[in-house]
Amino acid sequence: MTDTQFDIAVIGGGPGGYVAAIRAAQLGLKPVVIERENLGGICLNWGCIPTKALLRAAELRHSIDEMADFGITVGEVKVDLAAVVKRSRKVAGRLSMGVKHLLKKNEVTVIAAEAKLGAAKGGLRQINLSNGDTLLAKHVIIATGARARALPNIEANGKTILTYREAMVPETMPESLIIVGSGAIGSEFASFYHDMGVKVTLVEALERILPVEDEDVSAFVQKAFEKRGITIMTGVKLQAVTSDANGVQASIEGRDQPLQASRIILAVGITGNTENLGLETTKIKVDRGHIVTDQWGATGEAGIYAIGDVTGPPWLAHKASHEGIICVEKITGQKDVHAIGAGAVPGCTYCRPQVASVGMTEAAAKQAGHDLKIGQFPFTGNGKAIALGDDGGFVKTIFDAKTGELLGAHMVGPEVTELIQGYAIARTLEATEAELMATIFPHPTLSEAMHESVLDAYDRAIHF
Amino acid sequence: MAIEIKMPALSPTMTTGTLAKWLVGAGDRVNSGDVIAEIETDKATMEVESVDDGVVAKIFVDSGTENVAVGAVIAVLAEDGETASDVAKTSLQESSVAPVLSVATDAKALAEPVPASVSAAPVIATAASAPQTNSRAKPRIFASPLARRIAADRHIALDGITGSGPHGRILRRDVDAVAITPIAETTAAQTEAIQQGDSYLVVNSQMRKTIADRLKDSKQQAPHFYLTVDCVIDNLLEARKALNAKAAEGIKISVNDMIIRAAAMALIAVPEANVSWEGENTRMFNHADIAMAVAIDGGLITPIVWAAEQKGLAALSQVTADLAARARDGKLAANEYTGGSFTISNLGMFGVREFAAVINPPHGGILAVGAGEQRPIVIDGNLAVATAMSVTLSADHRAVDGAVGARWLQAFKGFVENPVTMLL
Repeated sequence: MTDTQFDIAVIGGGPGGYVAAIRAAQLGLKPVVIERENLGGICLNWGCIPTKALLRAAELRHSIDEMADFGITVGEVKVDLAAVVKRSRKVAGRLSMGVKHLLKKNEVTVIAAEAKLGAAKGGLRQINLSNGDTLLAKHVIIATGARARALPNIEANGKTILTYREAMVPETMPESLIIVGSGAIGSEFASFYHDMGVKVTLVEALERILPVEDEDVSAFVQKAFEKRGITIMTGVKLQAVTSDANGVQASIEGRDQPLQASRIILAVGITGNTENLGLETTKIKVDRGHIVTDQWGATGEAGIYAIGDVTGPPWLAHKASHEGIICVEKITGQKDVHAIGAGAVPGCTYCRPQVASVGMTEAAAKQAGHDLKIGQFPFTGNGKAIALGDDGGFVKTIFDAKTGELLGAHMVGPEVTELIQGYAIARTLEATEAELMATIFPHPTLSEAMHESVLDAYDRAIHF
Repeated sequence: MAIEIKMPALSPTMTTGTLAKWLVGAGDRVNSGDVIAEIETDKATMEVESVDDGVVAKIFVDSGTENVAVGAVIAVLAEDGETASDVAKTSLQESSVAPVLSVATDAKALAEPVPASVSAAPVIATAASAPQTNSRAKPRIFASPLARRIAADRHIALDGITGSGPHGRILRRDVDAVAITPIAETTAAQTEAIQQGDSYLVVNSQMRKTIADRLKDSKQQAPHFYLTVDCVIDNLLEARKALNAKAAEGIKISVNDMIIRAAAMALIAVPEANVSWEGENTRMFNHADIAMAVAIDGGLITPIVWAAEQKGLAALSQVTADLAARARDGKLAANEYTGGSFTISNLGMFGVREFAAVINPPHGGILAVGAGEQRPIVIDGNLAVATAMSVTLSADHRAVDGAVGARWLQAFKGFVENPVTMLL
């Protein structure tokens, strides 16, 4: 290796890191990405993308059950689990190759190794690689991501006590399954495994599932899950999990009988990958498993930045990518760089029904002291949803009564994850209710429900 | 037949007004007596009631339009049996529709299918509307809808703001930055130096402009002279205490009420001071119509206690409390603050010792009242402590001479220092 000096060294090739490196290359810098495993990170290899491939299979499997409603008769249905998982891995592999190609096209150097921060020398930071090499960089961006958080006294064994990683590549389907944690990951696995014929119990420590979403959304999804046959337990504290030949036993605080199941998935949040980076030799602060930064990603140590999951929630790929871009733009002194505003990161959960939201929940908006105008429109009033045979869910919009600012939007139902960007754009452009009302939404589309929800906030909904 | 709604004259001096806000929209049904719009006049925001029943067929003048001429058609109502769209169409073909006169809104008026040449309303080409001619040539200001609405809400002019959005677009954060002081906003992360001359523009309200015009005229045209006396008010405070102790429930006489009473009695006792200069003539008033200055959001207003000399202190205190409350709520009718012969401005509650006020035209004088405070005074060669209050009369020398002003002050001081005499 001849090149050992770079403008920016990015540790971690996930959606935060590789995007930061490409942006740096676009701005004329010489970046390097150091990745210990797969380009694309968890998102692409073990998160967002492969789970979407699995959920697509589950969704198709489910839709076969409804074929009779559409006048289509289906013969015997068989699910080849190995093929489902194989396809999921193939999708991930294809995209990882895509990232490799993108980095090559942008002339970003990629090194397959682990990296550790070394000493600072004359404005350059030395980085020691696990392959024995060293390199120097003017700026270092830590984008090492995160991993599943372990519960005290409960250790995943990878066979019956699983994290998302093993849950994504099952060799067989368990008869029954306990999922601990009902955030996006837990709810998506609950939906997937249930559609694949597994008896699922979803356990949540807080009082409602999808606890970061609006309360109305949580209530709707809970009802939909329960109607499908998923057992939901909220306000439940897990004490211990034991495993034997019969499966797993999960003891719950205040209950004599432990929950029994073939397997259990732990989906109780994640913790940053802050170990073995040499952080202890710097002024970088780590708080509750995450690196502390300012709004531009700067850490306590000059010349070292951190972005994405390793810096804390929300643990979302699109947040990491955006942080990577603004971090690089700030380093290079670009004009008009703005930190991510409060509530600007949309969130999507791909369970059935899908959930998508941006901005404040109703409770948060109330607590912030806003006078509110709230609209809600059900998909039962939407022609396209009825034609699709998927009319469960609603669109809820929350406006500041005084300024007309769209404080938040919360959607549950068909393809809402593809719809939420409309409200995200409206928020970025600072549209008020007036512009949203004055916009013509095409008919017949699911998006009409977005229009009607805004109209409803001002008591003007037409179709409900 | 369509019913035209015209810009009403809400005060005798009103020639134009700002259509602050429509409370109804096209298609709304209104009944006689319904409040349909708010209009900002010289001094206050007033409600406009419909005198007819009907359905709003079309609104010609948008909310927020300034300089709408009195008499201009601002909307039309469809009567029962007519459809709103018919009325909107026919009324456009008639020449009676008067577009808004402000130059700034011409563009809007032209955009409507209203022939500008058939404007029947009097065209007003005042100096006030002239600067707005330029606004047509101004470059378009790029600002987000939310930024525009918040700026309008806070009366912040967008052309004074530098946009931080793409291509200099003004966003909410830019408007927010105007509203907070740079010091409070500065954090460790933002250590940029505070800009020199850091400032921002606020659109002048109709009230601000009226105050500016009237007081400028007053200072330029009325030769002011100033007379100050000190009044010992211990007796007055005693009398007030005694009166309030005996007063019916809900009645609370203030020091200011007693000052108004004393001024009213003095105006009757010295009628030469109860006058107004009108060029060829001097108007002599038969009653003491005393305006009291009330500070309100964004300015001040001077509601009038008519024939104050005929009101006992109990009645007076009820009138002043009611006027002050409604003044602060912006709910005074135009005839309640137009006219009068004399003003009282009291800044005593702020601890001001004495000050000279600008005459509120067309009044002949204004009394500036300072704080009542304990001061050493000499009585019969001995030093004593008394509660004293300095008052300064500003008089219009065209109508009131120095000696007349002095006699009036003497009378006023007499009533204040011997409050029994003003109770007669």
